[in-house]
Order: sequence, then C-alpha cells, then structure tokens
Amino acid sequence: MPDTNMTEGAYNYAYLDEQTKRMIRRAILKAVAVPGYQVPFGGREMPLPYGWGTGGIQVTAAIIGRDDTLKVIDQGADDTTNAVSIRRFFAHVADVATTTRTEEATIIQTRHRVPETPLEDGQILVFQVPIPEPLRMLEPRETETRTLHALSEYGVMQVSLYESIARHGRISKSYNYPVQVNGRYIMSPSPIPKFDNPKLDRSPALQLYGAGREKRIYAVPPYTPVKSLDFDDHPFEVERWTECCAFCGSTESFLDEMIIDDAGKRLFVCSDTDYCEGRR
Amino acid sequence: MYVAVKGGETAIAHSLDLIADRRRGDRGLAELSLEQIDQQLGLAVDRVMTEGSCYDRRLAALAIKQARGDLIEAIFLLRAYRTTLPRFGDSEPLETARMVAERRISAAFKDVPGGQVLGPTYDYTHRLLDFSLAVAADRPAAPTAPADTAHGLPHVGDILAREGLLEPSPATSGEKPADLTRQPLGFPADRPLRLQNLARGDEGFLLALGYSTQRGYGNNHPFVGEIRYGHVPVAFVPEELGFAIEIAEIDVTECDMVNQFAGSHDVPPQFTRGYGLAFGHAERKAIAMALVDRALRARELAESADSPAQDEEFVLAHSDNVEASGFVQHLKLPHYVDFQSELVVVRALRAAVEARKQQAAEERASLSQAAE
Repeated sequence: MPDTNMTEGAYNYAYLDEQTKRMIRRAILKAVAVPGYQVPFGGREMPLPYGWGTGGIQVTAAIIGRDDTLKVIDQGADDTTNAVSIRRFFAHVADVATTTRTEEATIIQTRHRVPETPLEDGQILVFQVPIPEPLRMLEPRETETRTLHALSEYGVMQVSLYESIARHGRISKSYNYPVQVNGRYIMSPSPIPKFDNPKLDRSPALQLYGAGREKRIYAVPPYTPVKSLDFDDHPFEVERWTECCAFCGSTESFLDEMIIDDAGKRLFVCSDTDYCEGRR
Repeated sequence: MYVAVKGGETAIAHSLDLIADRRRGDRGLAELSLEQIDQQLGLAVDRVMTEGSCYDRRLAALAIKQARGDLIEAIFLLRAYRTTLPRFGDSEPLETARMVAERRISAAFKDVPGGQVLGPTYDYTHRLLDFSLAVAADRPAAPTAPADTAHGLPHVGDILAREGLLEPSPATSGEKPADLTRQPLGFPADRPLRLQNLARGDEGFLLALGYSTQRGYGNNHPFVGEIRYGHVPVAFVPEELGFAIEIAEIDVTECDMVNQFAGSHDVPPQFTRGYGLAFGHAERKAIAMALVDRALRARELAESADSPAQDEEFVLAHSDNVEASGFVQHLKLPHYVDFQSELVVVRALRAAVEARKQQAAEERASLSQAAE
C-alpha cells in the first residue's frame, strides 16, 4: 500500500485514467460476449505489485462508480492484510462505500474464494487471476495454447486428468480445477478450491476475471453453464470435512484448518468470515 | 486472534511506519539528498531509468531513496508513476550518429573514423578496494579534452554495410511500432517489440542469457562492432508546428554487435547485427541486450532455435523484473485455502494407500492360513 500520502486530485477517479478504463471496459464487453475466452488487454503497472491482484484491481477500477458498495476478500476473509489493503485503496481513490456483508455488496473482489452466501442478480464478482491459461502447465507456449483453444482441442487436459486417476485412483487436482464454460472454452476458475466450482455454474452474478501480469480478462455472464471437467465413472466431487466450524458449527462451508498448540492439535473454522459471523 | 496475517489495518500502518524508520536509519547521520544519489550513485540511477522506462534522473533518484537502494523496487516505483503520465506523442528516432560521445570503442577494428575514445570505464581499473574513498576528501577534477561537437560519429557498422560485409539494418514494416506499455505482448513479436521488451528487461536476466549464448547455447560469434556512450538530442514534432524541435538531451549507451553468419548457396556470407540501447551509462546491459537480440533473430535468419536465449516466448515472457519480482514474492501472500484443499486431497490419497496396504496384508494372512 505505497500510496497513503496520495495527494488529492493528483490521480483520476479510481486511479486509472479514462482512456485506460475505456480500453478495459471494451475488453470486459468482449469477454462477456465470448464466455471463457481470454481477451488480451493493455494491462498497466499498478501501485500494487504483480501477484497482489493487479488484474482484479484494474477490472474493479474500470467498473466501479460512486454508487457501488465494495467488498474485498482474500482466502474468504475480509480482514486478511491484502484484502484490507485493496479495500483501503478503493475507499481512497474511488470514494466508495465498503462492506463486509456479501448481500450488501454490488462488487465483490476476491482472491481464492467464492462467498458461501449465494450471490444475486446485479452483483459482480471480480476474481484475481495469477495464471489465466488453464492449459499453461501442460503447454507453456502461448502460441500453442491459443491454437488449442481456437480448435477446442482439449484432449491434453482430459489426458492429464486421466493420468491423475491412473496414478492416484482419483482426480487429485484440488484447486484451480478446470471448467468448461457454456460448452465451449476451458477456463481457469482462478485458484479457488474445487469446493467453490459448483457456485460458478449458472450463477446469477456476473463473473469477471482479471489477470494483470499476464494481461488477460475473461468473463462468465450470469446464468451461464460452468461444468467442472470429469469422467462418467469419476464424477466431479468437492472436498468434505468430518469436522464442523468451531465458531458457528457449519457443516456446509469451506473450513480452514489451524494448528493451535505445539502438539499439533487442530481447529477448523469457516474460511468465509462474513458467512461465519452471520451464523453466530 | 490466532493467525498472524489477520488483523489488517493497524498492522499495515505500523509496517509502513517501520519501513519509513528503517529508511532513515541513524538520525545522527545526514539524510541523503536526491542530488547526492544522482551524482554519486549515477549508475544506479541509470539502471532504474532504463528498466523503469522513464528518463528522469530526479525521479529515479527519489525511487532509489524510497526503495532504500533496492533497485528492482525502485524500478517498480518509477514504472508505476510512469504509467499514469499522459502521452503527448513519439519523439523522432534518436540519431546516435550525432552523439557527443564520452566513450566510444570498437573491438572489431584497431582504429575507426572518429577514433577510439576510452572515456570513463571500469575496464582497466584494478579491483582493489580504494581505502582513500572511505573518508570524504577533496577530489581533483579529471582533465578532459574539449568534445568534438562539430563532426558526427559514423557507426562502424554502416561502414561495413557499405561494403556489403554486414547486413543492412533489418527492415521494419514501416508501421508505427506497437507500444509495449499500452498493448499486451503478443507472439510472434516483431523486432521493435522485442527490442522494447529487452530494453526494459532485467539486466541480470539478459546478462545470464547473453552469457549462455557465449557458452554454446545458441552461439552467434559476436564482436563488439562498436559501443558508445554520450549525449544525444531528442527531437519532437509538435502537431501545431509541423517540424522537429529539440526538446531534450539524454545520455545513452549503444552497442552494435557484429555476428558471424555462414550464408547459404544463394546468399554470400555476411555479418549480421545485434543491437542494444540503454539510458545512461550501462554497457553490461547494452552488450547483453545486443547478444540476446541477435539470438532472438535465429528464426528470421533460418538458424535452428533450440537454446533458451533463442526462444522468443521464454525470453520475452520472463525478462521483466517487475512482473517476475511480484509473482515470485506473491508466494508470501496467504494461500491457506488452496493449501487446505491440498491437505484434504493428500490425506485422502494417503488413507487410500493405507487401506490398500491393510487389505493386501489381510489377504496374505488369509492365504497363509488357508495354506496351513
């Protein structure tokens, strides 16, 4: 957070200049029109480092207005340092109301989670994406992966999932689990746990994904089918816990595990702090 | 609460106070001025301007001070400022043949028109710590000959090119080059885009890649045709005037690399070019850049391209130290949700292996019982 002493008026509303916002909005519109397709955009250097959510911040900066209410989460929590830092950034440069309540937010910027509280019409979920290309770890070359997407040539991904079954007896991918959007593009849902994948499917909220370092934006419009890849005999399944949340008793939410003493005693609590507090 | 990364706002505020405090150091010592950094740590300023893509000595000095001498952090600060600046337009191409050179040498010829000018260089210093520098003292000014501003300084390469021994400067498409700071990098990248990327690229990364070509990973038999450092005018055509005016004078280091090329049945053997340019005095950077530029021309020159330095996507996608530094260091951010997912999977996989082992042991036991 290098700009605590940012001089009033020295920067445009929401930090980015209007030309840049227009460029990003055009990329967003294209992304919405072609769900799951990665649209290259002229990503800018932001005052926060690459890897800290510069893609999500640029998307949010391009769509935010004074009437919006912003919620920022990291690991599901509103009070992690990076979420605090990004929320403060927008409260400062966009003069916008912030909230921790999922249902009150018009824009939710997130890293690594989808809120447990179901999203509604009119809400926008902005994901911070480190590696937008779902095929990247299978094929490092951008020229190749773009061709594979263009031809819907996704055998390499199916083979990798099959190899995981052959080696481990099940698909061992636990986060950033690949999805197919609207029956067409294979997409990285960003490093959310696969637990959150079902929430992407036919969500009433607009999902925008921003990758700053890799300079890509993609989107899933409301009510779009999002299918987690699987096989007929190995259907997609999500994580389950035998424990419940130590604070609110939820057995439905994603649980973080904490080690609370030297003997390695463990405690499980909701990763979504707003959801958890609402239930106590 | 229990987790150190939770607790946000106050912790961040204290952290900011702490870095400000560490930056100032011992209050008994005089605070560094930007002028001191500019004048006495000038090569650091040069590097920050080059990789920060912004020629402003004062801003670069400020960035170095703010970053406490961490040059990659300083480059990031300068870049993040640069990106907010409005663009008035593009300058005319620099005419480096008009350079007033402080230093200019050719390693390919014993003498060249305009002469060899050694200038300020560490090349022939003996790397012995100079303990006399440990205390402040009056240092005499170095004697200098008046600069010859009347004559241009022709490029050695152009003299070779007239004979046909060196390829002409690679043709450009004639279109206005794309601006890497406004448009995303696409592949395949043309040479103007590659050179922009290399000019902003991390000196250490390019140095290692250039070095790798010399050790056989894509060797192209380089000679420093010429390296020059000095002042060049920057010309700009304001729309309302319609003709070029000089708006600044900047210092640059330019390296023309001359590389061997075998030729073919139809093309007579000819030397080929690699090019490097950096703000300020930055010979290591300019030479490394020229080596990598030449390596990246492998495909264009119908050479095999199987070494890292010749791999355009590998080089261009990883040369930027602001991107690299951010993504490598983001591993410090909390990842406990993903780690939790991995824990769940690894525990399940371990349980499955244990179950199989136990089942196998039971089967063995029942088999041996049956055999008895």
